[in-house]
Amino acid sequence: MPTRGDVTASATPSSSTPPLDPTAWTCPAPLRDHPRIVMGHGGGGALSAELVQHIFAPAFGGEVLAQMGDAASVSMGGARLAFSTDSFVVRPLFFPGGSIGDLAVNGTVNDLAMSGARAAYLSCGFILEEGVELSVVARVADAFGAAARNAGVEVATGDTKVVEAGHGDGIFINTAGIGLIPAGIDLRPQRVVPGDVVIVSGAIGVHGVAIMSVREGLEFGVEIESDCAALGGLVEAMLSVTGDLHVLRDPTRGGLAASLNEIAAASGTGIVIQERKVPVPPPVANACAILGLDAMYVANEGKLVAFVPREHADAVLDAMRAHPLGRDAAVIGEAVEAHPGMVVARTGLGGTRVVDLPVGEQLPRIC
Amino acid sequence: MKYIDEFQDPALARRLLEEIRSTVTRPWALMEVCGGQTHTIIRHGIDQLLPDQVELIHGPGCPVCVTPLEVIDKALEIASRPEVIFCSFGDMLRVPGTGRDLFRVRSEGGDVRVVYSPLDALKIAQQNPDREVVFFGIGFETTAPPNAMTVYQARRLGIRNFSLLVSHVRVPPAIEAIMQSPNCRVQAFLAAGHVCSVMGVGEYPQLAERYGVPIVVTGFEPLDILEGVRRTVAQLERGEHTVDNAYPRAVRPEGNPAALAMLEDVFEVTDRSWRGIGVIPASGWRLSPRYRDYDAEYRFSVTGIDTREPAQCRSGEVLQGLLKPHECEAFGTICTPRTPLGATMVSSEGACAAYYLYRRLDMKKTAPLEASSVG
Repeated sequence: MPTRGDVTASATPSSSTPPLDPTAWTCPAPLRDHPRIVMGHGGGGALSAELVQHIFAPAFGGEVLAQMGDAASVSMGGARLAFSTDSFVVRPLFFPGGSIGDLAVNGTVNDLAMSGARAAYLSCGFILEEGVELSVVARVADAFGAAARNAGVEVATGDTKVVEAGHGDGIFINTAGIGLIPAGIDLRPQRVVPGDVVIVSGAIGVHGVAIMSVREGLEFGVEIESDCAALGGLVEAMLSVTGDLHVLRDPTRGGLAASLNEIAAASGTGIVIQERKVPVPPPVANACAILGLDAMYVANEGKLVAFVPREHADAVLDAMRAHPLGRDAAVIGEAVEAHPGMVVARTGLGGTRVVDLPVGEQLPRIC
Repeated sequence: MKYIDEFQDPALARRLLEEIRSTVTRPWALMEVCGGQTHTIIRHGIDQLLPDQVELIHGPGCPVCVTPLEVIDKALEIASRPEVIFCSFGDMLRVPGTGRDLFRVRSEGGDVRVVYSPLDALKIAQQNPDREVVFFGIGFETTAPPNAMTVYQARRLGIRNFSLLVSHVRVPPAIEAIMQSPNCRVQAFLAAGHVCSVMGVGEYPQLAERYGVPIVVTGFEPLDILEGVRRTVAQLERGEHTVDNAYPRAVRPEGNPAALAMLEDVFEVTDRSWRGIGVIPASGWRLSPRYRDYDAEYRFSVTGIDTREPAQCRSGEVLQGLLKPHECEAFGTICTPRTPLGATMVSSEGACAAYYLYRRLDMKKTAPLEASSVG
C-alpha cells in the first residue's frame, strides 16, 4: 500500500502559501443516523428499507408483515387473498401519459398482480389541500374511476380529509386493494433458484423520466410519456402458460436495480444481467446521460420483472410478447450461484460491475 | 442510439484495446483527471479490459469531492437561515459537512432546492423578492462560466437578493501540484475534455514540457477513454511528451472565447483549498471586487464555523492517485455510500463511490452459497 506523501505547492503565484500537507487532511464523521426524515427515506432504496426494518416492522410485528412482498398473502375462510396498500404523492398531478389518479389505481392493482392475484376491490383515501380547485379534484377522480374500470376493480370504500393550505401538495391519495390468489400460485423471492431466467416486460425508466421532464421543466427533444398501466392482464397471460413462475415485481421507486437487489437478498442467489439487453428507450437513455442518472434506478409504473424457471422461459416470453403491455419483453439475465445476494451487470464492452441498491433517490450530478 | 451508441461500440472498443495491447511493452501509470472519466472507466469495466501494464490512476477531478469542508459548512450555515432559499446542484446535497448534510438541513426546515442550472436559481430570486437566494457555485472550469454568467445577469437585471457561494477550482494548478509530489507515480495525463472545451489547451504544453508527461485531451464515452489511452501509451512508448487533442469534436485549441470572457469579467484567480489535498496556489476563482456584492460569504458574514473531521478517511491520497479506493482500510466497511467517511465516497463522481458501486465484487471474497437460502 502506498505511503502517505507530501505534495509540494507550486512555487509560481503565491510563494507565501505553506507547502501542501495531505497527511493533515481528514474526513468528516459518518452520517449514520438521520434524526429526522429525509427525502431518501421515501426513495425505495436502502434508507426506505432501514426505516421499515428498524421502526415499522419492530413496532407492528406479525408474520404476515414479515413477508415484505409488494402485497401480503393472507388466508381467510380457506381463500388465499392478496392485500396491499400504497400512497401517492406525485408532483405534478397530471403528467404525459397519466395522472395521480391513474397511478393510485394501477400502483395498488400492480402490487396485487405481483402475487398472482387479480385485484377485486379497492379503497380510496383522498387527502386534499385547502385551496385546490374542485375541477382538479374532479379530473383526478375521473382518471381514478376510469383506471379502476380498466383494471376491472371496484372501488368499494373511501375517505376524504382536507389539510390546511401549505400542509399538502394539492392532492395525496392512498389506496388499498384486495384480490384472490388462484390455487397453486406461489410467487415469492425465496422460490428463485440459480438458473432462473430474468425477464422484463418492456422499456425501463420511462415513468421516472416523464415525471422529471415535466416537474423540472426539462426538455429532451421528444415528449416522454409515462408507462403507467395495470398489469393484471399481462400477469394472467403469463400464468396461463405456467403457474410455476417464481417471483414477479413491479420495479417502481428505486427502479429495476432496487427490485433485483431485493430479490437477490431475499432469495440468497446472485443475479447477473447483460447490460445491453436491458431495454432502455433512446429518449430515456439520452435524458439519463444528460442528468448523470442510471436508467436502472429510475422509476417505472407499468413494467414487471419476472424470474422464470428456464424450461418455461420461452413460452412465458412468447405469451408476454403477445400481450400489448409485454410487446417489448426481453430476457435480461439469470439467477446464479455466484455472489449470493448481489446483482452484477456484464457491460457492453465485456467488463463487469455491481448494480447496488440505491441509497435514497438518485441525484442529478453537477456536470 | 445517436451520440451514445457510437461511442460505446464493442467492436471498435476491441480494436482499440488490441492496438493498445500490441503497443505497450512495459508498465505505465496514467492519471485520468476527471471524475466523470473515472466513472466511465469503472462503470464499463475498461480498467479490467486494458493490459496489465497500463494502470489508470484516478485524479482529483471530482468537483464535489474537492470542495473543502469549510465551504460545505458555510453552505449548511447559510442554508439554515430562515430568510434564505439555498439552491444547489443535486449531488451536493448528500455531501457531509461537519455532522450533517444539506438534506438534513432541509429536514430541519431549511429551504434547500435542487436546481439544474444557476439561471433557475436567479429565476427563483426574481419570484421571491423578499427572500435571499443563494446558489452554491462549485466545480471546475466547466461550471464556472455559467455561474459567472448568472452573476453577470443578476447585476444587469438589478436583482439584489441573489448571491453565489463560490468554491470554483482550476485543473492545471492541480496537475502541477500532483507532479511535484515526491511520491508521484503519474507518467501521463488524460486531460478532462470538457475543461479544455472551455479553457482550450493553452496551459498544458508548458506542463507537458516541464514534467515530461504526455497530456492527451480525452472525452467521456468508453471509446473516448480508450482512444485517449491509446494515444497516451503510444507517446510514452515513443518517449514523447506532447499535448494531443483526442476530443476534437468538442475541444478547440483556443477554447470557448465567450466563456473565457465571462470568467475574466466576473471572477479573479485566487489560491484555493482542495479537500483532501490542501491549498494549491492560484488554483481557484472568486468573485472579482466588482461583483463582491454578489458573494454570499460577504453578504452573510458566516462566522463561528467549527469544522471538524476525524482521521480515518484517506481520500486525500485517493484524490492524488497515491492510494486506490479499495486499499483503504475503511473502504466498504465503515465507509460506504450510505455511511460516507469522505467526499470521494459520497459524490456520484467520486473514485471511492465508483469502486464501491461497480467493482466491489472483485474486492472481496463472496460467501459460499447457503443451501438453505435457495428455495
